[in-house]
Amino acid sequence: MIHARDLTFAYPRAGFALNVSALDVAKGERVGIIGPSGTGKTTLLNLVAGLAQPDTGALKVADHDLTALDDGGRRRFRAAQIGFIFQTFALVDYLNAFENILYPYRVGLGLTLDRDVRNRAQALAEACGIAHRLKSHPNALSGGEQQRVAICRALITQPGLILADEATGNLDPETKEVILDVLFARAAEQGATVLAVTHDHDLLPRFDRVIDFATLRQPAEQTS
Amino acid sequence: MNALFLAFAHLRWTWARSLVLILVGALILAVPMVTQTLLRGSEDALTRRAEATPLVLGARGSQLDLVMGAVYFSEDRAQPITRAAEDAVWDSGLGLPIPLNTAFQTNGARIVGTSLDYFDFRGLTLAEGRQMAILGEAVLGADVAQRLALGPGDTVVSAPENLFDLDGVYPLELQITGVLEPTGTPDDEAVFTDVKTAWVIAGIGHGHDDVVTADADGNVTANAAITEFQRITPENIDSFHFHGAAGGYPLSAVIVAPYDTRSGTILRGRYLDPENPVQLTDPSEVIAGLVDRIFRIAALLDAVTVIIGIAALGAIGLSLFLAWSLRAPEMQTARRLGAGRFTILRLATAEIAILLSCAMVLAAGIVLVVNANGDQLVAWLLAF
Repeated sequence: MIHARDLTFAYPRAGFALNVSALDVAKGERVGIIGPSGTGKTTLLNLVAGLAQPDTGALKVADHDLTALDDGGRRRFRAAQIGFIFQTFALVDYLNAFENILYPYRVGLGLTLDRDVRNRAQALAEACGIAHRLKSHPNALSGGEQQRVAICRALITQPGLILADEATGNLDPETKEVILDVLFARAAEQGATVLAVTHDHDLLPRFDRVIDFATLRQPAEQTS
Repeated sequence: MNALFLAFAHLRWTWARSLVLILVGALILAVPMVTQTLLRGSEDALTRRAEATPLVLGARGSQLDLVMGAVYFSEDRAQPITRAAEDAVWDSGLGLPIPLNTAFQTNGARIVGTSLDYFDFRGLTLAEGRQMAILGEAVLGADVAQRLALGPGDTVVSAPENLFDLDGVYPLELQITGVLEPTGTPDDEAVFTDVKTAWVIAGIGHGHDDVVTADADGNVTANAAITEFQRITPENIDSFHFHGAAGGYPLSAVIVAPYDTRSGTILRGRYLDPENPVQLTDPSEVIAGLVDRIFRIAALLDAVTVIIGIAALGAIGLSLFLAWSLRAPEMQTARRLGAGRFTILRLATAEIAILLSCAMVLAAGIVLVVNANGDQLVAWLLAF
């Protein structure tokens, strides 16, 4: 699913440079990324999502060579292939839960909202246990409910790759487990790969593989 | 479609802000048009009625107050003159004098004491009932009748002018005999009565019990109390009488309809002396001057409206900018979810388009309402 070689990316003004010698993630794999803050974990997710272009190196995600795609191509790739889950949920406050799930179809390039998509959103909401909250706006939902909505939103486009950036960081321990259960179960149903950045070491056993971000700079990956 | 959906959802979510923006936008659009409509309407109404009133005789002083009071029954009234001034026009044989006493009110409407000539002069016809015939009877303008829900057979009571003056003006009940057809002029907002009835309201004329009585033995005694009548009935009408010289009875103004141009010129010449306490004015000249002034002020008003409009647009722009700043996280999320390069621009455009459309619809509604009720609004404005 993800094949990266000798990736470099720098924020010259911030004096930050990312250097990934090799990263390979198989289809359907659930991979956790750990590492100290400020080492570039989120930057790596952005590169994989096509939000930023590597300065050098090769990066292939879901058979798309991201270094060869133009801006529009990367936007289409992202809309179709990537599901994003954020620590802050990033729900749209003026849309209810159901419309938040459909949000990628409202803004995503090349996506068409039809009856099938609506049915899929309903089914996802039921599977994630929030079908009874679909008419509620985010400000009326608990943190756990908001993150379930965010998971549904990430899965609605049936992406090949789900990127989670501290997705459980704002949740209590019990809810974290439940949310991860929901995420992994739904991702497995769709055969989606999960690449998740986390600081929560209690959750690491739930991943198929954990990458210490520091080792990515080395020639070989360190696996758990 | 998606941009419109999201824009509409956001505007609905922030409904208070949206409502304010729509209202402000509508006012920016509507105010210049409404102002023009009312100005044009006022000019037409003022000019039309002024041109239909050849000359007005009244106390020397502000010509504008004299014309506004006599022609439009406004609050601005000149000092009263005496009936002798009306008689002088009669005696000249140069024109028809129509007396006006507009000193009193009832239920917010001006009581116009006049003669039957006024109705012929203005071309006023009755929609229902009959013309006033005796003391104490009144005919209502169309708007007054509608507003007060009154018609023939009902009564109205004149407003007391001074509650604590024992020698002052007391309310008189007026019997309504007819309602006039609407004309779209100040006549619709007036209550017409005979000028003598106005003098009764003024306390110059009155009716009361016999001052002296004689008992069975023929002994004549004076009444201990004299009761003045507040209502004129067939039983007491004969007791009504006036005190003082008739030539001294007050009039607010006299409309003068010269029999021909020459007569008009001669009449005007007779009142040119600045020492004469009475003046004869041509309402169309006075109103032309007023309209000219109004339009000069309107030009200033237009400039102010433009400046306020620009300031309001700036405030709207700032409000939208701040709103978009607050939505930066949403835009970042949209970008991460694969939003197109112009998605944000489309969303902003859709929101502005919806706001502008609503504002235009509201502004059109305001303008339509003002246009539909232009005559009444102009008449109401001119009444002040």
